[in-house]
Amino acid sequence: MAEKDVTQADKSQYVVIRLGNEQYGIDVHYVENIVRMQKITRIPKMPKYLTGIINLRGEVLPVMSIRIKMGLEKDVYEKKTRIIVLKTQTEGNLGVIVDEVKEVVTLESTQVDGVDDLKLDGKAFVSGVGKRDNGDLISLLDLSVITLEENA
Amino acid sequence: MDVSQYLDMFLDETKEHLQNLSDQIMRLEENPEDTDVINEIFRAAHTLKGMAGTMGFTRMQTLTHDMENVFSEVRSGKLKVNSQIIDVFFSCLDALDEYVQNIQNTSSEGTNDNPELIQRLNACLSGSKEAPAAEEKKAVEAVPAKEPERPSAPAGKWDEIELNDAIKEAIREARADGDECYGLNVVIQEKCLLKAARAFLVLRTVSEKGEIIASSPSTQDIEDERFDRDFTLIVISRLTLEELLKAAGNISEIECVTGAILDLNQQNKKEPISKPEEKEDSQVSAAPAAVPANEVSAPKAVAEAKPASEEEKQPEKKSVSVGKHLGNKTIRVDIEKLDELMNLVSELIIAKNSIVSATQSGQNQAKNGIKDNIEYLERVTTNLHESVMKVRMVPIETVTNKFPRMIRDISKKLDKRMELYMTGEDTELDRTVVDELGDPLMHLLRNSADHGLETEDVRIKRGKNPVGSIFLEAAQVGNNVVIEVRDDGNGIDVEAVKKKALERGTITPEQAETMSDKEIIDLLFLPSFSTAKQVTDVSGRGVGLDVVKAKIESLSGEVEVRSKLGEGSSWIIRLPMTLAIIQTLMVEVGGEKYAIPLSSIQSIETIHYADLKTVQNKQVINLRGIVMPIVSLFDVLEVEGTRIPEEEMTVVVARKGDRYAGLVIDRLIGQLEIVIKPLGKYSKQCKYVSGATILGDGEVALILDANALI
Repeated sequence: MAEKDVTQADKSQYVVIRLGNEQYGIDVHYVENIVRMQKITRIPKMPKYLTGIINLRGEVLPVMSIRIKMGLEKDVYEKKTRIIVLKTQTEGNLGVIVDEVKEVVTLESTQVDGVDDLKLDGKAFVSGVGKRDNGDLISLLDLSVITLEENA
Repeated sequence: MDVSQYLDMFLDETKEHLQNLSDQIMRLEENPEDTDVINEIFRAAHTLKGMAGTMGFTRMQTLTHDMENVFSEVRSGKLKVNSQIIDVFFSCLDALDEYVQNIQNTSSEGTNDNPELIQRLNACLSGSKEAPAAEEKKAVEAVPAKEPERPSAPAGKWDEIELNDAIKEAIREARADGDECYGLNVVIQEKCLLKAARAFLVLRTVSEKGEIIASSPSTQDIEDERFDRDFTLIVISRLTLEELLKAAGNISEIECVTGAILDLNQQNKKEPISKPEEKEDSQVSAAPAAVPANEVSAPKAVAEAKPASEEEKQPEKKSVSVGKHLGNKTIRVDIEKLDELMNLVSELIIAKNSIVSATQSGQNQAKNGIKDNIEYLERVTTNLHESVMKVRMVPIETVTNKFPRMIRDISKKLDKRMELYMTGEDTELDRTVVDELGDPLMHLLRNSADHGLETEDVRIKRGKNPVGSIFLEAAQVGNNVVIEVRDDGNGIDVEAVKKKALERGTITPEQAETMSDKEIIDLLFLPSFSTAKQVTDVSGRGVGLDVVKAKIESLSGEVEVRSKLGEGSSWIIRLPMTLAIIQTLMVEVGGEKYAIPLSSIQSIETIHYADLKTVQNKQVINLRGIVMPIVSLFDVLEVEGTRIPEEEMTVVVARKGDRYAGLVIDRLIGQLEIVIKPLGKYSKQCKYVSGATILGDGEVALILDANALI
């Protein structure tokens, strides 16, 4: 889905987030809300990347660690840590933990490259790379892969 | 055709009528001479036909119409009810049900004409002793339904509409532009059920052809069904009168449309079809129009419509439905329950206001005032919870009432005589639970009918009543509802199950040796395990009990089987009464808070480590004569960190049927009424957790499913 938006529309907006030292982009169409870190209730016997559940205005929201899902180190909760509430098509909303939310950028489709040439190992969590005017690179997260439930 | 706003009502009422028909036909079968029943059936069929016609579902209308013909024969005593006819009726009901399903899912009735059924119905008719009479009757019956367009008497009403000067001016202008102004009088068939819907269609059709400048009663009143049978319109249109009349008359269930060119000057009488007469006193006058021939036919039409409409003056229950759109689930709510809710809400507002005023007064007073009011508030919210829950409760009758019919069908199909006895159908359960309950219960009943009950000769040989009995009993036990499906049949043949399991490799011969009868019976709940020696239409396809179990468990309930070979078996379903709010015990395990439903807690004990025994490497405790396993929640829930063993431990004794287990916890927090929140698909994988709840401080706590731990 993410690819479609990038290639078909001339411009797409992305929420730029930080995970460790890398910058990633999340298509704004998938973002429902951004909330501050709060106490996460662990659920027993769940895959490691599913951190637990939080109370989002009276509803229970599952929260996932992108870091663990992508095979990075465990999250360290800091002042800037945020939970981004994503809309998924089939499973209801899902929160993902990010180290920091930086800004929202608009990228033209010409500024986005595919990732096929990069020869990334393992699972591709990234659907494309956005090149910003200032030269920064933003890895655009493929949310359909991120939000996919492995054990389902 | 836009009748969608009436669709919900139509579906609700149709289902009600279908159920009624089914019940009555069952009664008719037992009691073929009962005229009350026959009349009731006739009324229900007639109403159905009318409603289907109104909504434009012609196939449904045709089928009900033909059914009605047969019913009418039965009523007049020309046709004797036999089981063949009853069968045909039931097949018709099934077909109608199918239409209703289609309508519900797609808002169209589908394309199945069910010609075979109609043929069978007609065969019933011609089979009646006085076939010609039946034909005649049929012809008469057909008249009101099949002639939507029949002009008739009350003409000239448009003259009575008072036109103000502005409208008159508009008419003059329109005439100057070459348009014409007509008066139209529309009479709706008396037996039409959704007059407003019909009227709306007329209004819409007419306004497509021209502009409605005045009407009597007002268009709003027409749409709200505040008119008797006819309404009058004044229309400016470029079309000729005939075209207009035809357009409006094409809508079904319109008895007649009459019209004439409106004459502002009371002079011209250039109606295409005219007949001078009456109403010269009206303010704006024109001669009313009606063909003489129509005059003749009209009274007849009215006369015909009358008896039909009287028969169908069945009290129509008003429904309070929640939600509007197609496919939405509605619930019928007793108005008293709503009043109670309203009351509580007003109390809530009072409490809120008291708190507001308390905070505005002085310091000390405020403290006391707030405390009092919080108590008050607590009481109100608890009552509010209860009331809302009550609104969600529906009797299980809504699913069980189709079972007698089903058992009858099975009985015919399997050629076994059996009787279904139901008690406690008024037991109430949460709507969501009741909806889901139909399939599992149906399955268990079929199971009992097919596998449970023996064939008649076997029963006679065993000295049993040749007619098998199946019982469906529901009752409320504490916070649970227990539904039992019982039969006096053969019971479960444990050896047969064992043999089958061995054959399939489900268990090893060694396992088979050590397994208890109960454990073996539980094998039946495994996927694709059917012991029926023969696959029949009714059951035994191997998909079944596992689905029943899964479904019941998804409703946080459980299934248990008790069986005695040769005497019968009983399937016991236990369900929580409501799913949304429950009483729980809050406990702490390794710093995490969990809620355990009170309904599954037997007691709370303090136990010394020294009292623990080990059986087969498992820790057990002998508590007042009951030996139960000890489950460390700390380990089961994989709480992080380590735990220092203490001398004493707190154990929550959970109970599931007649089995117990001691759950070791760290600390008791207390009793709490919680609102259950679903976990969502992502987090559903942990079988020990049945849901989550949000605590007073906003934190999320998990609800432990004690049943899964035992």
